[in-house]
Amino acid sequence: MTRLSVKKTYKLYIGGAFPRSESGRTFDAAGQNVARASRKDARDAVRAARAALPGWAAMTAYNRGQVLYRLAEMMEARAADLEAACSGRSEVEAAIDRTVWYAGWADKLAQVLGSSNPVAGPYFDFTIPEPTGVVAILAPSDPPLLGLVSRTLPALVGGNTVVVVAGESAAIAAVELAEALATSDFPGGSVNVLTGFADELAPWLAGHMDVNAVDVTGVEGPTVELERAAAENVKRVIRADADSQSPWEISRFLELKTVWHPIGP
Amino acid sequence: MAKAPVLVGGFELPSGPRLPRVGSVDAVALEERAATLAKRSIKRESKVQALELAIRMMDLTTLEGQDTPGKVAAICSKAMRPDPVDVSVPPVAAVCVYPSLVGIAKERLAGSGVKVASVATAFPSGQSPIDIKVAETRAVVEFGADEVDMVIDRGAFLSGRYARVFDEIVRVKDACGEAHLKVILETGELGTYDNVRRASLIAIAAGADFIKTSTGKISPAATLPVTLCMMEVVRDVHAETGHIVGIKPAGGIRASKQAIQYLVTLYETLGAEWMTPDLFRFGASSLLNDVLMQLRKEKTGRYQSGDYFTID
Repeated sequence: MTRLSVKKTYKLYIGGAFPRSESGRTFDAAGQNVARASRKDARDAVRAARAALPGWAAMTAYNRGQVLYRLAEMMEARAADLEAACSGRSEVEAAIDRTVWYAGWADKLAQVLGSSNPVAGPYFDFTIPEPTGVVAILAPSDPPLLGLVSRTLPALVGGNTVVVVAGESAAIAAVELAEALATSDFPGGSVNVLTGFADELAPWLAGHMDVNAVDVTGVEGPTVELERAAAENVKRVIRADADSQSPWEISRFLELKTVWHPIGP
Repeated sequence: MAKAPVLVGGFELPSGPRLPRVGSVDAVALEERAATLAKRSIKRESKVQALELAIRMMDLTTLEGQDTPGKVAAICSKAMRPDPVDVSVPPVAAVCVYPSLVGIAKERLAGSGVKVASVATAFPSGQSPIDIKVAETRAVVEFGADEVDMVIDRGAFLSGRYARVFDEIVRVKDACGEAHLKVILETGELGTYDNVRRASLIAIAAGADFIKTSTGKISPAATLPVTLCMMEVVRDVHAETGHIVGIKPAGGIRASKQAIQYLVTLYETLGAEWMTPDLFRFGASSLLNDVLMQLRKEKTGRYQSGDYFTID
């Protein structure tokens, strides 16, 4: 007996759900119709990220690491789909390895990036890394999968919540990754994935007063206008390599806060 | 034995005395109508206008056991100047507080044009002897309340003692003197739209200046269909008698989008005549910040953040 195969609709990932764009628009990415996010989808994603922030930031570092490790498991299980959406097997393996690597950093950040400071008084003085808040990431198109993973995970592991806009040619990889994210115990809204035209969405995210940092790594050409828009609420503006792996990538998304605590008798 | 007259179609009128018929409400059609009106898209200049109107119609409310004179003073400042950095934003209609805080609100709002509304009659349950309710009403008017929000006795209403509900409203209205009386039906406890319609008619007949949906203390509070049902009562009463009554949805209205849906429904049901703070109010506490954020978004072209607006 013949059967009808189930065709996949490539959608956005916002607040733990997979909606179409509220605008109803799509665009062609590698022969597939993919949802083309509008500024209102971006707004909804920021709202979801803001709502998810207290919960995600308050999870224990160990727990966050477990969730990231779970993402690696899910990516492993979906390796074939991911492979078809990027340059191939070696990129998927590198992305999974990098996920495990960042998962391991979750409970080591405070020790490595923080410090206990000598002060001239009867105080303990600690410097502790804290998440910046809601981070908008304009992800690079190349490498498609590894670029997304390399920019998104350092922000997530430190306790930030993320709205990531995938590069146009990385749209399929982004949807495949979103499906792995959705099955990895990330609380709904802690990571949101938009596909569409970054040129259209970037100014709204850079100007959004409820976004605390914007990663412009994926933007081609000058970013002056975005940085100017970001200055209104003093957003952190981050520009990095599309394919880097370092604890310093995590620290770019963190704020260091210093606490003075009296030494008791 | 006298036979009751037979009407066309074979319907018989009841022979004994009975309550006037209030008619039944078509719940499906009502909800469908409300859902249709809620879909209308209001953008740009119209949106700005609607949002400013919503602010002018707002009863900024704080009804918590933890309310302090300081909290009320803060609410009053916000009522007079909702957006400290934008003078073009108008003040709200009134501040709504518990009786013991009317004095401080009155003092803070003196000369501003913002009215003071007080709940009374054993808010929110209404389960107190009538004499105490009347005395409470007299007291809040004496403290300086311009408007009194009373609750109906739902226990009496639901057990069919409509006359008692009516009499209580009449006595409270009498105690109000010059102050405006808003009658809270607490629609979430009435169960059916038929009951909402009946309670609305009782309140209007007893002298209510406003009919108000809810206390905000139980869920569901105000919904669009229930407010539409009350608007239709007001429309019918006006068509039949010329008597004009205001409406106040309260509780659960937190987003600008919802507020605009109520305004659309108001306009389509009662027309431009009712689009004034004298005849329509929103009872809300967290709505104001959302409206301010939307207004600033329209003016700056940037999506806004709660970080830059007051925590009430």
